[in-house]
Amino acid sequence: MTSTIPPFDITNLPDDRGRFGEFGGSYAPVTLIPAVEELRTAYNDIREDPDFHVELESLLKNYVGRPTPLYFAPGLSEAIGGPKIYLKREDLVHTGAHKINNAVGQGLLAKKMGKPRIIAETGAGQHGVATATVCAKMGLECVIYMGELDVERQALNVARMRLLGAEVRSVTSGSRTLKDAMNEAIRDWVTNVDNSYYLIGSVAGMHPYPMMVRDFQSVIGRETREQIREVEGRLPDSIVACVGGGSNAMGIFHPFLEHTEVELHGAEAAGDGVGTARHAATLSAGVIGVLHGSRSYVLQDADGQISEAHSISAGLDYPGVGPEHSYLRDAGRATYHPVTDTEALEGFKLLCKTEGIIPALEPAHAIHLAGTLAKDMTSDQIMIINLSGRGDKDMHTVTEALGVMS
Amino acid sequence: MTTATTPSRISQAFADLAARGEKALMPYVTVGHPLKESTLEIVPALVEGGATMIELGIPFSDPLADGPTIQRSGYQALQNGVTMEFCMETARQLRQQGVEVPLILMGYYNPVLRYGLERFVADSAEAGIDGFIIPDLPPDESAELAELSQAYQRDLIFMVAPTSRDQHIASLSGRASGFVYCVSVTGVTGARDDVSASLSGFLSRVRSALDLPLAVGFGISTPEHVQEIGRDADGVIVGSALISRLDEADPADAPAVAREFMRYLRGNA
Ligand SMILES: Cc1ncc(COP(=O)(O)O)c(C=O)c1O
Repeated sequence: MTSTIPPFDITNLPDDRGRFGEFGGSYAPVTLIPAVEELRTAYNDIREDPDFHVELESLLKNYVGRPTPLYFAPGLSEAIGGPKIYLKREDLVHTGAHKINNAVGQGLLAKKMGKPRIIAETGAGQHGVATATVCAKMGLECVIYMGELDVERQALNVARMRLLGAEVRSVTSGSRTLKDAMNEAIRDWVTNVDNSYYLIGSVAGMHPYPMMVRDFQSVIGRETREQIREVEGRLPDSIVACVGGGSNAMGIFHPFLEHTEVELHGAEAAGDGVGTARHAATLSAGVIGVLHGSRSYVLQDADGQISEAHSISAGLDYPGVGPEHSYLRDAGRATYHPVTDTEALEGFKLLCKTEGIIPALEPAHAIHLAGTLAKDMTSDQIMIINLSGRGDKDMHTVTEALGVMS
Repeated sequence: MTTATTPSRISQAFADLAARGEKALMPYVTVGHPLKESTLEIVPALVEGGATMIELGIPFSDPLADGPTIQRSGYQALQNGVTMEFCMETARQLRQQGVEVPLILMGYYNPVLRYGLERFVADSAEAGIDGFIIPDLPPDESAELAELSQAYQRDLIFMVAPTSRDQHIASLSGRASGFVYCVSVTGVTGARDDVSASLSGFLSRVRSALDLPLAVGFGISTPEHVQEIGRDADGVIVGSALISRLDEADPADAPAVAREFMRYLRGNA
């Protein structure tokens, strides 16, 4: 279906129906249609409202800790061999991952819309923590849905959310991971639509979420573009980011879409391997479908039942992907690569040892991919990895896995 | 939509009921629940008990608009090996057994999309299915399925909710056919003690915008609900309350339980 993809003006997508080519849209249950419309209108209003941006910028600077450094990583560059590698340090923001950029933006919007109660889903717990943090700060009630499996493997983040005053609801249906948490969050929204705001954590869901979350995250890419120009006097040759739902990747990719000389690479979680039944590599192995309100690639069986995804990293353990990534993939503007659990652990260890930085397991996938891609690059080239979060939350999983594996 | 062509089986059924001053009673069953073959016995029993149309639920792994009862029944059906093909085959066999009431497939969009939209509509027509309800396919995204449904003379049924704006309801005119599925509450499916007090106002809003029969679903579980809603609507839809009775019964008794529950709801227990 490449013929449906219009020539490059991919910087101002989606269209007014939320379409990125054939992807996206708004497949909302009937009860939510007015809420989604209300959100669309509210977001369009604040998008043009200078006061909102002043407020958001001040929060990003003084509360979140932006701009984050763009750090030249000599140890990693040397160990990998090839290009100069820079790390965009989203691991240094308040709460420890890029998720806060979006949570602050949507939190402000919810407040403006007069919604006193916030619902969110979370996988790794980073979005849950970011949401709980924003709710604590803004005085909003907060309910977080989290798959039972993730509650176990990200216990530290569960404790943080509770400390921040959020109610964490463990979801026991399906694969007991992010997908099921999202189902439950949508059911809550359907039921409590008059007083609740659904604060989605990635570039997934019905229009306007994929666009709005991307917009809030694109601060990452805008800063990166400015920073790399400042230190190197030019744009990078390639950018690498991990892709779960795809928000940190869209955030860093989007401001570079128009610069077609910059290669964009996404690392997807391949779990035990794309050839096995246990992975989450949606763009590598999925089929076009509709999940959680938008049309995109989806891991599913021949009967259209959604597959259970598997990844060592809870934040990538999702059988869907944001529609804009599906579009960029089919348009050939970005390339997506599977990275297995074992490879991600190697990337994890490599960054710890070479730079003294403990990454989250999600961007550890991107680090490993960077190593692979670097083999075809030269020392006068520049690569940027989006280090989307830090690894404190993963210590339990990693020690367990490495105890078995090394 | 039913212009000069013959009215659909659904429209005809509502017209016949109206002529007799009766209301439609439309149970929802998940195909292949509790046992894979159960539906073939449950549906005729429902009709015997007074059901006037049947909703056949296609199980889905991620039923966003459903509460725990229907979620569990779908999960069970998937465990039992139910596929879209099996749902079509079930409808075909029900027709062969002589079931004559309208059969409506209700299911989420992804399995329909995967099956292929035209194949879905064509196979449905061939199997004797009269219409479709896709809870996660809003009117704005439905053009292709609406066109196919029309081409194969099947009804595409849309839902409206108390939260729906007048403008949205009016936009269904010309697109919706068969009947309008009025969701009684803001929430997911599941039995409730009371039906919403503001239902009557909501129904009259829909009534004034659309010239189609109105059927009310979500939360209906007692003869009192059926009575009360019947004053303003043309039919009621009963899902979770039936499914939980089927869950509680020995699978061998499921048809009898289904029949008795319809009689109970009709007030003829
Ligand atoms: C540190 C980190 N990176 C990446 C992700 C994946 O999400 P996304 O693909 O939306 O950036 C998560 C999700 O929890 C995360 O915590």
